Amino acid sequence: MTENKSKKETLPRVGFYICHCGSNIASMIDVLEVQKYAAALPGVAVSREYKYMCSDPGQEMIAKDIKEHKLERLVVAACSPNLHEETFRKAAAKGGLNPFFFQMVNIREHAAWVHEDKKSATEKAKDLARAAIARVRFHKSLDKKRVAVDPNVLVVGGGIAGIHAALTLANAGKKVTLVEREATIGGHMAAFDKTFPTLDCAACILTPKMSAVKSHPNITLWTYSEVSKVEGYVGNYKVTVTRKPRFVKEDLCVGCMECIDACVFKEPKFKDKFNQGLGKRKPVYIDFPQATPKVVLVDPETCIQLKTGKCKQPCAAACDRKAFDFNQKAETKELQVGAIVLSTGFKTYDVARSPQYGYGRYPGVYTALEVERLVNASGPTSGEVVLRDGTHPKAVGIIHCVGSRDAKTNKWCSRVCCMYSLKLAHLIKEHSGAEVYNFYIDMRAPGKAYEEFYDKLLGEGVHFIRGRVDEVTDWAMTPEEEGKLVLRVEDTLAGFVRRIPVDMVVLSTGLEPQPDAQEVRRRFNIGCGSEGFFQERHPKLAPVNTFTDGIYIAGACQAPRDIPDTVAQAGAAAAEALSLIDAGFVELEPNTSHIVEEECSGCKTCVPLCPYSAITFDEAKKKATINEVLCKGCGVCAAACPSGSIRQNLFEDDEIFSEIEGVLAK
Amino acid sequence: MKKYLYFPGCSLKGSGKAYEESFLAVCKALGMDIRELEDWNCCGATAYMSVEETKSYALAGRNLAIAEREDLDVIAPCSACYLVLNKTQKALKENTEIRRKVVNALKAGGLDYKGTVKVRHPLDVLINDVGLEKISKLIKNPVKGLKLAPYYGCQIVRPYATFDDQHDPVTMDKLMKAAGAECVTWPLKTRCCGGSLTGTVPEVGLRLAYIILKEAKKRGAGAIVTLCPLCQFNLDGYQGKIASKYESVDMPVLYFTQVLGLAMGLPGSELGIKRGIISAEAVLAGGGLR
Repeated sequence: MTENKSKKETLPRVGFYICHCGSNIASMIDVLEVQKYAAALPGVAVSREYKYMCSDPGQEMIAKDIKEHKLERLVVAACSPNLHEETFRKAAAKGGLNPFFFQMVNIREHAAWVHEDKKSATEKAKDLARAAIARVRFHKSLDKKRVAVDPNVLVVGGGIAGIHAALTLANAGKKVTLVEREATIGGHMAAFDKTFPTLDCAACILTPKMSAVKSHPNITLWTYSEVSKVEGYVGNYKVTVTRKPRFVKEDLCVGCMECIDACVFKEPKFKDKFNQGLGKRKPVYIDFPQATPKVVLVDPETCIQLKTGKCKQPCAAACDRKAFDFNQKAETKELQVGAIVLSTGFKTYDVARSPQYGYGRYPGVYTALEVERLVNASGPTSGEVVLRDGTHPKAVGIIHCVGSRDAKTNKWCSRVCCMYSLKLAHLIKEHSGAEVYNFYIDMRAPGKAYEEFYDKLLGEGVHFIRGRVDEVTDWAMTPEEEGKLVLRVEDTLAGFVRRIPVDMVVLSTGLEPQPDAQEVRRRFNIGCGSEGFFQERHPKLAPVNTFTDGIYIAGACQAPRDIPDTVAQAGAAAAEALSLIDAGFVELEPNTSHIVEEECSGCKTCVPLCPYSAITFDEAKKKATINEVLCKGCGVCAAACPSGSIRQNLFEDDEIFSEIEGVLAK
Repeated sequence: MKKYLYFPGCSLKGSGKAYEESFLAVCKALGMDIRELEDWNCCGATAYMSVEETKSYALAGRNLAIAEREDLDVIAPCSACYLVLNKTQKALKENTEIRRKVVNALKAGGLDYKGTVKVRHPLDVLINDVGLEKISKLIKNPVKGLKLAPYYGCQIVRPYATFDDQHDPVTMDKLMKAAGAECVTWPLKTRCCGGSLTGTVPEVGLRLAYIILKEAKKRGAGAIVTLCPLCQFNLDGYQGKIASKYESVDMPVLYFTQVLGLAMGLPGSELGIKRGIISAEAVLAGGGLR
């Protein structure tokens, strides 16, 4: 430690602390040299170095020094403020100093980790330290604002993630609104037959939870609805939801489905989306028998009444509860919530992007989701594996990694495909007795009891060929291949190219972000990774948080994941929301902007610039006003104000200019 | 209408003469302003690159530099030329060391290479610049009843899929359908024709060519239609040897520009129809054409 008492007494007394961060900083920066250098700077009363400043002894040392040496300002040179700014603010407060009389210097990410020359890195650390010491003397005493949190929660997306999050929150006594885009909740899981690795029936474990959502007194369920607007801030979000018309009054329909029998279309004629187009439905329909809510809906694209207005409407006549309303319009609802859980799920890879596999060209080629319906007892074939031409396959090839682990399409591993391919292999073999070939790159079975499931499949006589399939072709090289689909693949274990003739090909498609993920991300003001999945706040330590406080993410909207992981994440998101709500209030950073009214000319330049709609114009006073609760401290208004009448806490002119002077002064 | 330069390469002046004749005739009939690149030289083909990389880029780059003297796209109908010129552009853009050497070499020859010229394929130009709509209007003599197997070969889509799908290219199918032909659906559109193996390792090369011919016939095609002079040469010129080694296939192999020209009502004599070794007379007569 170096003491420095004879400096100008008019300057506030600064304590400077530099951290080694083990060897993270010390290996590239001469910490002792910086410590000695800072000790000699004007106003510095105490300068110390320590191996781990963030540790308890480190914090204690700072708090003790503040008291003993009557420190008035604190500067810590260590890691990113994202990690430990809060730690040292607390240390300051413990020593009796206002926590905002503190400035952090990032010499780890901004110096030690990005340089290769120790001498220059040390000089840079000195420059940064000097700048912080120069600026900190202008810091003002500030307080965090407290804002009450609305205890209600919005859950967006009614797949298994949204269902689980909504139930967890509702069971904790919170009022939850669950908004789902489709007519029923259940998501992808509702379409599955069995789940890996236990092979328990997806419907059997899912539908009780769907019913629980519907009947829960704390849950409001809005299906066929979408969030169109989100305003406000953590603890106080105002959400606008658009409810699409079903042309059937939800509160009157009991799901007897007599209307469906009565429809003028005697036979189902239109592609059934729930069955991936393998089955047919009528214009009035319900997705599946356990759809929740069990309410029919009318498709305006195919209904004669809605298209032409000229139908006898036997459906409406068959409804003794008079639930039909062909004039129903979209409805807009507003909600006040404190927290939002986004569980908007995924879409599967579009196989048209891999034409070499012949989907759409060869009727024997199926996507995995289609096969889920094909092996499902409640599917279009009642679980019988029958091909589009009515025949039964004798040999089936399952191609893994379609749209995954591929530089040309999606680089990521979709995590679930190996396991669901194994499951489909088992089910196809069980339902049809066909020979089943799996074509894989690497078998990835890292979950609980997953490797054992793979082992079980090996024992069942399913064939495994390691190699990425080059193409699916109907070009027969031998008489045995005539009339078959041939998979050409380099068997990388055997070391030669093989041709495997089959009757049916299953494309194990990867998982992708929803097509409107970017719009949704903007609507909720959260981030996306480069591949388009929603960005978590920290990949390890804040996996369900986003960079927007009060908005949490769960399930495959964040990254591809299976049901167990999705449910775990949904529970975690619900717990994060609960911890926010049950705290009752949130503290807001004081780095907000405010208007100096006597200097404001009322030019309104700032009003449209604010990305958070925090600035309004007071017509009576002819001055701009800033809602400090909405302000996120981006500084756009302060920079743009022509009269300089907007000031931002912690970024006042004298603070910034002294910092610049500090970094430039040698 | 846009003006173009045209890089024939060696094939279109020799074994692929019918391609040049029919391509230029079609361009003329479409009212395209197209001029042969002056003082062009060998593109180096795909072989030279593997032997002397920098020199091969200088060789191909000379053609690009000449083309750059005018602000026009250069059309390269031969698949090898098209690939080599594009590959050269890419290499000179991405590798600063090679670029420096090549630019200096060209400078010594009084040429200035900037990398601004666009190398185009006739299919790309016909579909994306001229447009199917305009072409359809000029189809006076649709080749009804002519069933074709569109065969693209490898170099037009590999490694760069510039204007069509790498696995299932469709642009030539579209043109042939516009000309009134029927196209067979087949998975061998971009399978290897044998390349230079027909000459160097004939037992392999001939088999590869035979596979294409046999499958086209099996699928009911009256003729194969292609866009590559080497493919045409292999599939057409080796049918005699294939007949003695495997079986007689007797499958005419036409250039897409020949079929397009016939459909536009141009006389067969201007389109090099008779240059094919396997006569297309019979199959064209079946389509009401001569």
